Amino acid sequence: MPDAVPNASEPPEKTSKLREAAREGADWLAKALLAPFVEIGELSKLLFQAVFWGIRPPYRGRLFVESMEFIGIGSIFLVSLTAVFVGGVLALQLVDGFRDFGAENQSGAVIGLALAREVGPVFAALMVTSRAGSAMTTELGSMRVTNQIDALVTMAVEPVQYLVVPRIVAGFVMVPVLTMLFNIVGVFGAFFVAVSLLGLDPGVFMDRLRWLVDWDDVSQGLIKAMVFGVSLTLIACRQGFYAKGGAAGVGRATNRAVVHSAIAILMLDYLVTSLVLGEGFF
Amino acid sequence: MKLFRRNLIRPVRSPRPADAKDDPIHVRIRNLHKSYGDHHVLRGVSLDVHRGKTNLVIGPSGSGKTVLMRQLVRLEAPDSGELLVDGVDFAKLEGLDLAARRRTFGMVFQMSALFDSMTVFDNVAFPLREHTDLSRKEVRDRVMDRLAALGVAGASHKLPAQLSGGMQKRVAVARAMILESEILIYDEPTTGLDPITTEMVDDLIVEAEEMFGVTSIVISHDMASVVRIANYLSFLHQGQIAATGTPDELLRSEHPATAEFIRASRVTLE
Repeated sequence: MPDAVPNASEPPEKTSKLREAAREGADWLAKALLAPFVEIGELSKLLFQAVFWGIRPPYRGRLFVESMEFIGIGSIFLVSLTAVFVGGVLALQLVDGFRDFGAENQSGAVIGLALAREVGPVFAALMVTSRAGSAMTTELGSMRVTNQIDALVTMAVEPVQYLVVPRIVAGFVMVPVLTMLFNIVGVFGAFFVAVSLLGLDPGVFMDRLRWLVDWDDVSQGLIKAMVFGVSLTLIACRQGFYAKGGAAGVGRATNRAVVHSAIAILMLDYLVTSLVLGEGFF
Repeated sequence: MKLFRRNLIRPVRSPRPADAKDDPIHVRIRNLHKSYGDHHVLRGVSLDVHRGKTNLVIGPSGSGKTVLMRQLVRLEAPDSGELLVDGVDFAKLEGLDLAARRRTFGMVFQMSALFDSMTVFDNVAFPLREHTDLSRKEVRDRVMDRLAALGVAGASHKLPAQLSGGMQKRVAVARAMILESEILIYDEPTTGLDPITTEMVDDLIVEAEEMFGVTSIVISHDMASVVRIANYLSFLHQGQIAATGTPDELLRSEHPATAEFIRASRVTLE
């Protein structure tokens, strides 16, 4: 009489392989589900370290100015260029849409509101991410894989204080400035298309814009820009600062930095809007 | 305004005994362990580093040399064991205490790790600007003196990418020594260099020791360098020091792995 086996139709080694595969699959799924929370934890830790070291001397003014110049001055052309076209396309769509029910005179108001509250901060942050965020990740990643960050540590210079803090502060300050620039240039782009190409009355366009858009709308956009500025620089620094795996690893880190920043900007946009408008999260 | 420039990470005088300088052993490593997950890399390393001498740690790839170096300069914290530098246990230091004492060590990385956005001058001046209140002129004089001593004064305005591997090593040594650290650690200093540059780097390590009286710790697997520069030699095998002594003693070692490593490298004292 042979011994009883759990599943007589399956050989024992095949059953154990299936079990192993199922365990690996479950591990992979658990890791994938937990990955966003792990990433948020890592970002929170780096932000805490940045605050901890940011309030301690020495305050390296030159590094702050350099970072602000890189993020702010270096992004002026890109932000202005995109603002002209975004303002222009908003004018094209809204004037065309409002004409269907004879409300095209309200275009200036809606364009101004959209730029100040949403389009300005989101687009400015996305442009800074693509230009400065990716460059920051690459620079810090290269420093990591070539031991330059380790060299800072061995010279008793705290790398978070030296490399991360100036970049986060620069993002916090310069993304709102670039948002204001985007708003102004975007209005000019929209004005040009609506008035010169689509024949709207310039006085009505500007009057409606001034009538609907007030400081609260602009400040809502600026609050978002500050949040985006900190987020995108934090994500870019985190990815670069902990990059590993040589040149390929730096490439992957840069890719992750841009994707994570773009997702974070859009998610935070919703959260901050909910908070500012007091409408609840969902 | 001095407050705003003040670095909290200030050098701290070690509470070492007055006769510490007379102790021929500068660093005592005792029973050092380090694991990464299930991978036990350092399995109780014990080693004496002799003051003012060139101490080499050799071993095959994967024996734990670089991990040992990272514990020595406390880029990582060991799991257990002692790392006594003139009586102060570096393994137990944390936070600002650790940062304040890091200047005991100068580090020359395998790929030099010079800041590629700075010129040679700025690279060497960097530790002085961070940790001293010297005037611009004093910084310039000290940096140029050190660069001249190492034969790279003419490259002070160049970026690291414009230098050869050997010159980068010289600049890295100048930067590591500018704060007059007592111990210089070289991580695989000759890996990937041609024979002439390798010999030049070996000479540089000996020069640094003779000119500035530093204790040198060289992590290497280059046996040719060993014979040229080592005063003391230790063989790291599977996370432990398998043999230690003068080069003469080690080259005659009967420890199987040590003898095999030396035989394979085809190096003799002659």
